Amino acid sequence: MTATDQVKNQEQPASPGESPMVWAEGVHKSYGRNEVLKGIELTVGRGEVVCLIGPSGSGKSTFLRCINHLERVDGGRLWVDGEVVGYTQRGDKLHELSDREICRRRTHIGMVFQNFNLFPHMTVLDNLIEAPRRALGQKKGEATQRALALLEQVGLQDKTHAYPRHLSGGQQQRVAIARALCMEPKLMLFDEPTSALDPELVGDVLAVMRDLAATGMTMAVVTHEMSFARDVADRVVFFDDGQVVEEGPAARVITDPQHRRTQAFLRAVR
Amino acid sequence: MTGDAGAGAQAPPAPHVDDQPESQRPAELSVDAAELTIVPQRHIGRWIAAAVLLVIAALMVNSVVSNERFQWDVVNTYLRDVSIGRGLWLTVWLTAVCMMVGAALGVLLAVMRLSGNPVIRTAAFGYVAFFRGTPVLVQLLLWFNLAALYPVITFGLPGVNLDANAIITPLAAAILGLGLNEAAYMSEIVRAGILSVDHGQQEAAGALGLTRGQTMRRVVLPQAMRVIIPPTGNETIGMLKTTSLVSVIAVPDLLYAAQTIYSRTFQPIPLLVVASIWYLVVTSVLSVGQFYLERRFSRGNRTLAPTPLMRLRAAVSTHAALSGRKSS
Ligand SMILES: Nc1ncnc2c1ncn2[C@@H]1O[C@H](COP(=O)(O)OP(=O)(O)OP(=O)(O)O)[C@@H](O)[C@H]1O
Ligand SMILES: [Mg+2]
Repeated sequence: MTATDQVKNQEQPASPGESPMVWAEGVHKSYGRNEVLKGIELTVGRGEVVCLIGPSGSGKSTFLRCINHLERVDGGRLWVDGEVVGYTQRGDKLHELSDREICRRRTHIGMVFQNFNLFPHMTVLDNLIEAPRRALGQKKGEATQRALALLEQVGLQDKTHAYPRHLSGGQQQRVAIARALCMEPKLMLFDEPTSALDPELVGDVLAVMRDLAATGMTMAVVTHEMSFARDVADRVVFFDDGQVVEEGPAARVITDPQHRRTQAFLRAVR
Repeated sequence: MTGDAGAGAQAPPAPHVDDQPESQRPAELSVDAAELTIVPQRHIGRWIAAAVLLVIAALMVNSVVSNERFQWDVVNTYLRDVSIGRGLWLTVWLTAVCMMVGAALGVLLAVMRLSGNPVIRTAAFGYVAFFRGTPVLVQLLLWFNLAALYPVITFGLPGVNLDANAIITPLAAAILGLGLNEAAYMSEIVRAGILSVDHGQQEAAGALGLTRGQTMRRVVLPQAMRVIIPPTGNETIGMLKTTSLVSVIAVPDLLYAAQTIYSRTFQPIPLLVVASIWYLVVTSVLSVGQFYLERRFSRGNRTLAPTPLMRLRAAVSTHAALSGRKSS
């Protein structure tokens, strides 16, 4: 499906303020001949925490990466905050965004990766203030002030001047979360944030995410932590083979899955 | 909020200077370890090898110093000759300029090689293939004789009408020949450096809203430097010596200055020795610079190699600790 196809049969969300934060309708994505997303239907409401679960290779990461346009959508419709991802609408035409405009939109979406991806040549503080200064044009003092407050929020104020490699995995991931929050995002994406961590460090990171959820942040979280999904998520979405197989309130999907494949998956991860 | 996982971790016990492997220490020994005398391991083989090498070195130095035909007095005179000094300065200057041209163009070519556009990729590939595939001396001579190919340079633009003979001076030909050639090698080095940086870094920077240029400048290239600097140091040292080729197109560099003098005085050996000494001095200085540059760019990445000064301090303090222990 092409961009113009997208326009023809779209029902634009009424206005950005009322639309869901993420709205996917029939999102397709292929790598070569390998169709990875086969028509994803999904919404994430404002202030909602949605956990994406599902087997390896089911397309969870790919979908998350489509949301902030690290990957292009091949077909279907995907809105973030009332705007079509990767395009801007003028009249009845969708214009592809310039690189600069894509970057500007990404500043509103925070992303946390499985393997942290901190910048190893910068101290913790420099990791945090780099993007606010370069992408948002903040003054150094202003950015630093916010960074220090966020480091305190994630319990790492004493690591301000450390280099990432001198931190534990759990500490690095908390720095990565603080780094994303420095941009004051309206949406946070987490791609298996605790999968690379030693078991005893998982709790610290999940605690930070719990607190973040409590502040009303909109979050889409790919995770294998079922207890986190049950306790923190408003809704759980089960992915399998590039499709959403089942979704619903967290407690219902996890304790009483309806679909055969969801049942099999949950039996396996327990 | 959350506790700091790392803060509670115990510091490792302070290492004992006289810690010996468990096996060498009799289990029933009840004497305090501090009272034991240390007998360092003796490396007999190494001592013998070192002695042999010293003897050989002494013989070589003796043969060089005592050989009248080196004409050390002449070497001594011309080592501080003004025209040699000017040649040395030009050699260093030319090395710096050519390396800067090569590095700047090399980064550009490396980024082009990694572009999504196949035309841009191929253009960079073709450049590298041509400039690496032909001898640099040939390239120098071609630039020097450019006027024979293009007597008038217009760049294809109306109103531009330049006399090639006037523009392509020997020095310009040298900079073009060596700089453009160097760019081909530097682009491969920079490309390897960029590829050595984990792709997740670019994703993280992109997800934070940094542009591709900012990502390259602030995130990727600084990390690539760790891989780029050591071979670039070698390239610089290589360039210093390669500049001696420009003497064939009459650029008055260090070698050319030496040649000019010995064509007058008929003392080629001492003057070539003078040139060699200066080349050696500059390459030594460059090697030291390379060491500190590498150290600077490995920040946050691995434990830094100690500087000679740090090594000296460490040796002295270990010594002090040992002797202090014995005397107490
Ligand atoms: N850049 C890429 N090029 C080609 N194929 C890719 C690429 N990225 C992902 N894929 C393929 O897309 C499919 C879905 O991958 P994705 O990473 O989205 O799965 P996932 O649900 O996140 O799995 P996991 O739990 O292992 O992270 C996989 O088959 C993978 O091989
Ligand atoms: Mg994944």
